[in-house]
Amino acid sequence: MTSLLRISDLHVSVGETPILRGVNMEIRQGEVHALMGPNGSGKSTLAYALAGHPNYTVTEGSIEIDGVNVTEMEADARARLGMFLAFQYPVVIPGVKVADFLRHAVSNIRNPDRREGEGLIGMREFRKEIRDRMTELGMDQEFARRYLNDGFSGGEKKRMEILQLAMLQPRFAILDETDSGLDSDAVRVVSEGLARLSGPQMGVLIITHHERLLEFNTPQFVHVMLGGRIVETGSSTLAHELHANGYADIRARHPAAAAQNSTAEATPV
Amino acid sequence: MSTDAPSKSDVEIGDYKYGFHDSTDFYAFKSRKGLDAEIVSQISGMKKEPPWMREFRLKSLEIFESRPMPNWGGDMSDLKFDNIYYYMKAASEQGKSWDDVPEDIRRTYDRLGIPEAEKKYLAGVKAQYESEVVYGSLRQDLARQGVIFTDTDSALQQHPELFREYFGTVIPPGDNKFAALNSAVWSGGSFIYVPKGVKIDFPLQAYFRINSQNMGQFERTLIIVDEGASVHYVEGCTAPTYSSDSLHSAVVEIIVKRGARCRYTTIQNWSNNVYNLVTKRAMAYGDSLMEWIDGNLGSRLTMKYPAIWLMEPGARGETLSIAFAGKGQHQDAGAKMVHCAPNTSSRIISKSISRSGGRSSYRGLVKVQKDAINCRSNVVCDALILDPASRSDTYPYIEVEEQNVAIEHEASVSKIAEEQLFYLMSRGLTEAEASAMIVTGFVEPLVRELPMEYAVELNRLIELQMEGSVG
Repeated sequence: MTSLLRISDLHVSVGETPILRGVNMEIRQGEVHALMGPNGSGKSTLAYALAGHPNYTVTEGSIEIDGVNVTEMEADARARLGMFLAFQYPVVIPGVKVADFLRHAVSNIRNPDRREGEGLIGMREFRKEIRDRMTELGMDQEFARRYLNDGFSGGEKKRMEILQLAMLQPRFAILDETDSGLDSDAVRVVSEGLARLSGPQMGVLIITHHERLLEFNTPQFVHVMLGGRIVETGSSTLAHELHANGYADIRARHPAAAAQNSTAEATPV
Repeated sequence: MSTDAPSKSDVEIGDYKYGFHDSTDFYAFKSRKGLDAEIVSQISGMKKEPPWMREFRLKSLEIFESRPMPNWGGDMSDLKFDNIYYYMKAASEQGKSWDDVPEDIRRTYDRLGIPEAEKKYLAGVKAQYESEVVYGSLRQDLARQGVIFTDTDSALQQHPELFREYFGTVIPPGDNKFAALNSAVWSGGSFIYVPKGVKIDFPLQAYFRINSQNMGQFERTLIIVDEGASVHYVEGCTAPTYSSDSLHSAVVEIIVKRGARCRYTTIQNWSNNVYNLVTKRAMAYGDSLMEWIDGNLGSRLTMKYPAIWLMEPGARGETLSIAFAGKGQHQDAGAKMVHCAPNTSSRIISKSISRSGGRSSYRGLVKVQKDAINCRSNVVCDALILDPASRSDTYPYIEVEEQNVAIEHEASVSKIAEEQLFYLMSRGLTEAEASAMIVTGFVEPLVRELPMEYAVELNRLIELQMEGSVG
């Protein structure tokens, strides 16, 4: 059975401020979707709301995975159902080694019924797996022993997100501006890495301002967000148009949504 | 997050999971409650001490009685000195070997895993049970090198001259009210002498326990590291939980001579009713290194500021301390560095965690005396506050009487760490697992300095505190 992530009439507020005003989207395993839109349109808010950030309150609508309503679920429960968010701003966790963290995460994701304190997956198989994935992503083996994102460069942090994606093998991966702040070589590494990882088992939502990440990951669907709504959906040619012409035409076609578009970019609160 | 809401399985810091206590019926001797000259004389008499020690104790009692209670630090209004037993003797004779240790006590130690730890790599296990050391051993080759590692009472009897030369020289009874109290009623503790040039390359360890209601413990530890020698002493405490208050007031004196090194590691995990009021001080001489590694969990109130006096040029002092304050607990901990000579350096790293309404305070002093030029001192304080009900304070005192010095102080407070929690939870970790991981990472700089079994135990304790603490 092909899994389905269904977003229905989703309204999300941060504090008292409404950001999303009725988002609808369906992502199936194996599909690649791109989400574009100007700053402040609500792209990152959608990403955080899907992952279950406690400060992003769903006021209307629902998020379902294979018919299971996950709207009220904590982030960890959603992760166990196959949701994954590659963060735009990965968080630093001092003193926690990448390998220790990932072994714990992998154990929970692969064994969703695991209880706190129960055994983790075998050290030997885990080590081999993380070594192989790091090699594929061109990462230094030293990464596994470093503290999670602590002292990482921008490119290293993004690669770390892709490594987690590779290890956790989610059914639905949301990439929130994974290409931002990277030079073109780094974008290519990340883009190729994603292309290798995604396949028939993974539904992907790529949030981006640019086209570069889409180069190796051609989307079947391109959505344009404005003022907290999806105002247009098209094929990959829409991405090319937006890249060439910017959002002026979109704003002109959707003046009401344009008027509601916040000027501030959503950042973690 | 709803960490401030108590849950049914809430586990408090200091509720030691392996907590238990044995029957106290076997006490060979128990003084009456309260404190006066008669009891002090009785303690000295029971121990068959020389007259000078009896006089020392009685003079200390006078100082204790003449001093007011400190009006800073924590709340001690519930501490009733008249309601405490100042001396108890758990067994009539000191155990000569494991088989001689009374069954009751042996069972306790079995559960603590002491003999097993000893088998692994410990040199000497000295276990303090109540006020008296009942079991101790020391590896033969250490003894051959002239190392003395014994309980402090035995040291007074067996090494009277060495003992008298140093005892009370680092922390005189007049230092503070609780040092005076300890000087009056001290019992047990460790005595270590490491001769010139002897380097002990494995940690010496001691286990301490409090096991009786209303029972005060007043250990007295004296460590002398002679020129060019080195030692790492490790002390850990576990305590069962009791309903009424208990006082622990230790004194630790250390002398680190020229070119010597001493590291003193403590992990204390008192039950939630214990007042833990400790005076620790080291004198570090030329080109020596003194390190305090100090972990404080549990207790109702801990006031502890390990001090290092840098007496001669080239002396270095380091203190790494961590405090974990849970519900109803106040950890008032820190460090003192006194630069008495030029070209001395010190470093203080303090980390505290507060949760479930607990309060932790960093209280530290860096002092540079006149003419102590070219001194360097670096102080770093990090506080992690896990919920809005909890509290953290920083009281850094800096007294500098010399111009040409470099003093750095950094302090940071991390709240709740909500973004860290979300990040880890979005990878499938539960809130409790994520909290434990964040806290474990926060204390990692201290834990990696600990001997393996302490590191494992401390990490396990943190996991236990976090499980069921949220939700």
